[in-house]
Amino acid sequence: MTLETHLRAVREGGRTALVPYVTGGITESWTDLLAAYEAAGADAIEIGLPFSDPMLDGVTIQEASDRSLARGTTVESILSDLAGISVGIPLIAMTYANLALRDGFCARLRAAGVVALVVPDVPLDEVSDLERSAAAAGVELVLLAAPSTPPAKLPEIATRSRGFLYAISRMGTTGEAGELAESATVLADAIRNATDLPVLVGFGVSTPAHAVHAARHADGVVVASTLMRALLDGATPSEVGARVAAMRTALDTMAP
Amino acid sequence: MRDAPAVDRIRAGQMAEPSTAGRFGGFGGRFVPESLVPACQEVERAFREAWADPRFRGQLDRLLAGYAGRPTALTPAWRLSGDLGITLLLKREDLAHTGSHKINNVLGQALLARRMGKTRLIAETGAGQHGVATATAAALLGMRATVFMGQRDIERQALNVFRMEMLGAEVVPVTSGSRTLKDSCNEAMRHWVGAVEDSYYCIGSVMGPHPYPWMVREFQRVIGDEARTQCATELPAAVPDYVVACVGGGSNAAGTFAGFVDTSARLIGVEAAGGAAMTDGAVGVLHGFRSRVLQDDQGQIAEAHSVAAGLDYPGIGPEHAHLGELGRATYVTVGDDEVVAAVHRLARSEGILCALESAHAVAWVIRAAESGELPPGATVLLTLSGRGDKDMSALMELA
Ligand SMILES: Cc1ncc(COP(=O)(O)O)c(C=O)c1O
Repeated sequence: MTLETHLRAVREGGRTALVPYVTGGITESWTDLLAAYEAAGADAIEIGLPFSDPMLDGVTIQEASDRSLARGTTVESILSDLAGISVGIPLIAMTYANLALRDGFCARLRAAGVVALVVPDVPLDEVSDLERSAAAAGVELVLLAAPSTPPAKLPEIATRSRGFLYAISRMGTTGEAGELAESATVLADAIRNATDLPVLVGFGVSTPAHAVHAARHADGVVVASTLMRALLDGATPSEVGARVAAMRTALDTMAP
Repeated sequence: MRDAPAVDRIRAGQMAEPSTAGRFGGFGGRFVPESLVPACQEVERAFREAWADPRFRGQLDRLLAGYAGRPTALTPAWRLSGDLGITLLLKREDLAHTGSHKINNVLGQALLARRMGKTRLIAETGAGQHGVATATAAALLGMRATVFMGQRDIERQALNVFRMEMLGAEVVPVTSGSRTLKDSCNEAMRHWVGAVEDSYYCIGSVMGPHPYPWMVREFQRVIGDEARTQCATELPAAVPDYVVACVGGGSNAAGTFAGFVDTSARLIGVEAAGGAAMTDGAVGVLHGFRSRVLQDDQGQIAEAHSVAAGLDYPGIGPEHAHLGELGRATYVTVGDDEVVAAVHRLARSEGILCALESAHAVAWVIRAAESGELPPGATVLLTLSGRGDKDMSALMELA
């Protein structure tokens, strides 16, 4: 089953997709987080493959990436860590162009059981090469739209995106936020007008209330920095999992 | 001779406009988050209009002449030439206002930003010369300026930090990664995502997403165009045998080469041995463009190491990667020791204290003349990209 089919089924089941993130290799036992997320009711998991120069990441994911790279993490080591475990929900890789455009990258992802890929510094106009290698490897390449994206461009982004369409909530980098940006719901509404591909909102979704707010306009949320901040500050995988579980509960019990 | 027309055709097409996707051969492009695509498109539209507008060109020319002090002199290096047995001509960008070629590009971009209705300039800086130029242009045009600078460079280039602050700019220390130029580029880019409404990102070299590599080269081509005219009166053959410039991102070299790409001159770009993207790099994507980049075998970007902060950059402008691939330009490296020796030698023989960056070009000419790689009697145009005042404390530590 493709990620897109899976997310459509989640939506048809009346449920909001919850996609927590982890920076691969951030700790020795980072794969424990995958189990914790799954147990907490995640619908898919985004795994960051750390890059030395993450242009669209704020301080938290930068710190998470630096910590992971300092441990000697490589794409190879993350993928081989994955080979040793079984996860019952789809895995999505997120990384930058310099890693994603290397020969054989998508095929290696697929061989490790990763079904989809998000590359924030490859916009629609530059996507052709990556689109081809992802398709050839059977990896769904997720495209992104931002608040600055002209509405007229959304249909093409939606047509070429696979899996879902990633709505960047605000004009800024990843990072925890006090409030969900107004631009998040405006963009999600505009995307929904343009396509019936599932739309997931990410960047700054930090609390159950943010998740619920986004869910009124989108099919799901991606939650990253707030979880990595907790982990960097010493939370255990089960404590981080509990935050995901709190979001799950809030989403499942929200008023329609 | 049979090949001549083909060669001419290649030459004429070189250093022209990139493709609509911003490609120089296979290099360049616009690898930025979707969030920044409209801002890059807005810059491209504005630049195309301005560059075709005689009023804009007139405004810029007046500033370059009356404010920046152009044309800069072409100075024969008499004594060094005699010692080396060649004819060495120095294109004196060190004499431009603020002390380097960076002002040429910044005046162009700042005028463009004002024309676009932006009120604030954002810049990254390594040695601080681009930051100083940006702070200067902002003061001149009544705009605000925020300059991102790596913490390590702030320590190495304290004088330029103080200059920027004197000029009213805000200097933001960058503490991520290697705390040098590449990290200040990341940080400027991140900041721009959240500030595109009122802020213009003034990139300091022929790098970044389309249209920057092309636009910055066009704003710097004044170096090469002037030098071409000056060489025509200075040299019997009108065109030098060699054209040499140092390369960090590659803007002074690109501007210089643009004036000579259609001639028989050999074009030589000199990189720092510890930051030689052409020699040691592999094709990759960094800071919005595809080019040659220093990286490890996993694709993580490597840190550059040079005595010259302005050359501590792991990438190189995409057009240089293209010119190198075509064989139209050649890229060589020199080490820190030769560079420091070259600063001293030029100072003692010509009374010109140049920047450590510029001294890379001088060091290569000295080495090549002494080894015979430059034939006796060769004529050489060398772009001296900046003056050395900013490097005095670094040189004092090395003394
Ligand atoms: C004097 C001087 N020359 C050269 C450079 C390198 O830049 P580019 O290669 O773009 O000319 C710098 C950069 O800071 C500089 O200050």
